[in-house]
Amino acid sequence: MLKRRIIPCLDIKDGRTVKGVNFVGIKDAGDPIDLAKVYAQQGADELVFLDITATIEKRATLIELVKKIAAEINIPFTVGGGISSLEDAAKLITAGADKISVNSSAVKNPALIKEIADKFGSQCTVVAIDTKFVDDEWMVFVHGGRTMTQLKTLEWAKKVNDLGAGEILLTSMNNDGTKNGFALDITSQVCDSVNIPVIASGGAGSKEHFLELFNTKISAGLAASIFHYAEISVPELKDYLINQNVAIRK
Amino acid sequence: MIAIIDYNAGNISSVRNALDRLGYESIITRDKDEIIVADKVILPGVGEASSAMHYLNEYNLTELIKGLGTPILGICLGMQLMCNYTEEGGIQCLGIFDTKVKMFPPEEKVPHMGWNNLVNLKGELFEGIKDNNDVYFVHSYFAELCPYTSAECDYILPFSAGLQKNNFYATQFHPEKSADIGEQILKNFLEL
Repeated sequence: MLKRRIIPCLDIKDGRTVKGVNFVGIKDAGDPIDLAKVYAQQGADELVFLDITATIEKRATLIELVKKIAAEINIPFTVGGGISSLEDAAKLITAGADKISVNSSAVKNPALIKEIADKFGSQCTVVAIDTKFVDDEWMVFVHGGRTMTQLKTLEWAKKVNDLGAGEILLTSMNNDGTKNGFALDITSQVCDSVNIPVIASGGAGSKEHFLELFNTKISAGLAASIFHYAEISVPELKDYLINQNVAIRK
Repeated sequence: MIAIIDYNAGNISSVRNALDRLGYESIITRDKDEIIVADKVILPGVGEASSAMHYLNEYNLTELIKGLGTPILGICLGMQLMCNYTEEGGIQCLGIFDTKVKMFPPEEKVPHMGWNNLVNLKGELFEGIKDNNDVYFVHSYFAELCPYTSAECDYILPFSAGLQKNNFYATQFHPEKSADIGEQILKNFLEL
């Protein structure tokens, strides 16, 4: 049986992890590779690295980092943040990223999704969608959630599916940071309206939130701070879900 | 020396990285002589089948691969190309394994992406691997079960997760991305 996936997300700036990390046994909490290795050993099913580096000059740092991650870890990983062209995507994939994730640039230029999928395959083309509930409608936001677009989330999700995306990473801005649980309603709606896997992001605060998530058809749950601050460890979460009869990799 | 066949088929550095981690020297090559003298050969691959076959033909590698006497491991698309025929692009492939590659019926999400368990394991490749160990898959097409099936997986329907015939080995999943279990499978191949 296909297992549901648990995906820790690491924010990267200038080659270092940004959010505070509270892990026993890590010498340098800012080192994304040390952290990635710990997660991989703990049984994380995949990893997502989100680069929030502002300047183009620093992008070279990211490429070097991706090469090191690819050399060190033995589970799949996605790299996102600031990918605005086929060339950007190609550099990261060549450096060893299994998947790349596009967000604002795909809204600006939807053809980019098809270009990346045609060149490298749908399996490595993830479209990240940031969504927020505004006036009775789930709308798509870009630029790190600062700018609302005119796109309705469900319609955009169907379109990225048609353009060849292999997966959708859906972040609910209403839930992100609240630790009150995932946005099950919109995430399930997106999941039901596309035929590619959907990763839920935003709002994970407890093991029960993952159980609720996996009572839907959603493929995977992503979280950052609860793992980084060791509020819940990956093995503890997985044991809990297995005991609750969720299909999870041991 | 392990030869990883370079035929423009996606991200093959991950296979090389996995071999590095296991302490095996490798070269990424499409040079016939380098492939022939290698101790083991890996045919990796992510991407689209018809363009991949096109490149294998263009680089005159099809007959070479079929005639290899050394152990060769096809991974993912590399495995599908070792079968008779694929519905992806509707093309004839290498025909090493007498089985067809079909598209998953759209009853569930496609691609089949993520960790899924292996059953009915046979042969040296799966030495020490237990039934129901999980490995990482990403694919939209599958090889039908056949007499060469050395591992089975179930997604929508049962399909070949591994194939073996003489010195030809193949996995639909990515051992290079399948954590410790994947490393053991790669090691089993490298130690043949």
